[in-house]
Amino acid sequence: MSDYAVEATNIVREFNNGKFRALDGVTLRVPRGQVFGLLGPNGSGKTTMVRILSTILKPTEGTAIVNGYDVAKDPEAVRKSIGLAGQFAAVDENLTGFENLRMVGLLNHIDKPVAVQRANELLAQFGLTDAAHRQSKTYSGGMRRRLDLAAALVASPGILFLDEPTTGLDPQSRQDLWTIIETLVEGGTTVLLTTQYLEEADRLCKQLVVLDHGKIIAQGTSAELKQQLGATVLSLNFASTQDAQASLSVIADISKKPANIEGTTIELTVEGGPADAAEALRRLDATPIKLAGLTLREPSLDDVFISLTGHRAEAVTTEPAPETGRSKRKAQA
Amino acid sequence: MTTTYTSTKSSLRWAISDVFTLARRNLIALFRTPTLLVFAMIQPVMFVLLFRYVFGGAIPVPGQSYVNYLIPGILVQTTIFGAVSTAIGLAEDLQRGLIERFKALPMARMAVLGGRTVADLCRNLMILVIISSVGLLVGFRPHGGLLHYLVACVLMLTFAYCLSWGFAFIGLAAPNSEAAQAMTFPLIFPITFASNIFVPVSSMPSWLRVFANNQPVSQTARAVRGLMLGTPIGNSGWVALAWAIGVILILAPLSVSKYRQAA
Repeated sequence: MSDYAVEATNIVREFNNGKFRALDGVTLRVPRGQVFGLLGPNGSGKTTMVRILSTILKPTEGTAIVNGYDVAKDPEAVRKSIGLAGQFAAVDENLTGFENLRMVGLLNHIDKPVAVQRANELLAQFGLTDAAHRQSKTYSGGMRRRLDLAAALVASPGILFLDEPTTGLDPQSRQDLWTIIETLVEGGTTVLLTTQYLEEADRLCKQLVVLDHGKIIAQGTSAELKQQLGATVLSLNFASTQDAQASLSVIADISKKPANIEGTTIELTVEGGPADAAEALRRLDATPIKLAGLTLREPSLDDVFISLTGHRAEAVTTEPAPETGRSKRKAQA
Repeated sequence: MTTTYTSTKSSLRWAISDVFTLARRNLIALFRTPTLLVFAMIQPVMFVLLFRYVFGGAIPVPGQSYVNYLIPGILVQTTIFGAVSTAIGLAEDLQRGLIERFKALPMARMAVLGGRTVADLCRNLMILVIISSVGLLVGFRPHGGLLHYLVACVLMLTFAYCLSWGFAFIGLAAPNSEAAQAMTFPLIFPITFASNIFVPVSSMPSWLRVFANNQPVSQTARAVRGLMLGTPIGNSGWVALAWAIGVILILAPLSVSKYRQAA
């Protein structure tokens, strides 16, 4: 068996008869037994990639091998190897938590007594036993996500695809889900996770790929990416855009990277943290420019993007699957 | 985490099991959703009462009482409306991402459509029982005998089932369930109302009469009415059956291919 849980080579996926390229030659190697992150803004192709790897969509070009099976030639074997939790908790809200898990068990072709036992095990494991016999429409967002993740785990798959598992969750639910994912990986599961949050990728993922417009623009460990980026973002606020412009020549060289200027705000990625902030203050103090505010913060995905691509990771409006108008559907869901 | 659950069942038995699992799930949803239940069960009863007591007196039907003319027609109309719920149900599953989940499972490919249409078939069966009972209460007297009554039920259930496979296409093509419902309307309205279901076609203008006389729903209603009342049906039973088979042979492959693309 291959060392890799997922080997995708030169994946291209076009929509609208080639008018739109959601994925443009993506190659991935996901080692077994760790969390692998696909990081990128909306519309970067993350979901399309997960759909291809979970046999829901066919790639236009390229090959994808999951657990040693080709998604195009042996999708049945791939489906038996994977669990998928999509972007929107796909649980049947008319069914109870227990009924949802039993249904997914039966559809995984697990014999009924085992499916029932497995459903109860997972409900206990995910803290849903008390809610087991309530319709899932009464669940909170966090509970739904846990149920959705439990459904992906019914057949104990070795490989788990999680598409933005924490989007829309409150901080506590997000923490809970992170802990669950870490426990799964300790048990030997391979997780491919997509996220828009650098913090999440940082916490969970051993290796990362950054996608933008269907292409990989960076890859490596989280530490490597951060190093590439610079550790901290120094954000300076000025009273006017003129002041901001004027200060640029004074402080720009504190960072090795080009400064990002937007209105009255200048952002610099700096390695020295507080020392660099102090340096900026000292230099500005010697000029008549008035500083309105200063913050130091951890870099966000936006900063990664500005650093890597020179543009913001602003939400490109559609994560496209135009054949079915699915994006619209999702927005409403 | 590498436990694998193996099963002794053959793939065909699992395919049947998949259809059953999903049909059951859809029926549970029906009984737990009051609006669906009202749409399915109460609305046809209202139609019976409306036409029996409000409009019925003004509709002369040669040779028989209006209630005897009406009930077989309403049965056909209601079972055909069942196809709308096929479209709505699939659109909802798609909208909620459930079809995406199902597609990533090692289940039988056709089970989502199979489970949906089988659930709607069961729903239609329940409706037949309810409307037949209400019909008897309001004066419906089928003289055709029990056997013919059952044959009539099988015929309309078959027709409605085949139509469900066609309407599945609309459900899979619609952006959401509301749109699915709206898209079925222009189809379902003419075939149920420009028909012999509520009134004899003889009062319609001649251009409409040609359509209303020959379209498949009227053929089905004519056969069902004749069987239930013990009057001659001519070849309408076979024509209805031929339509049903034609519909499923042509439209089911389209729906299946739409399902493959969907999500």
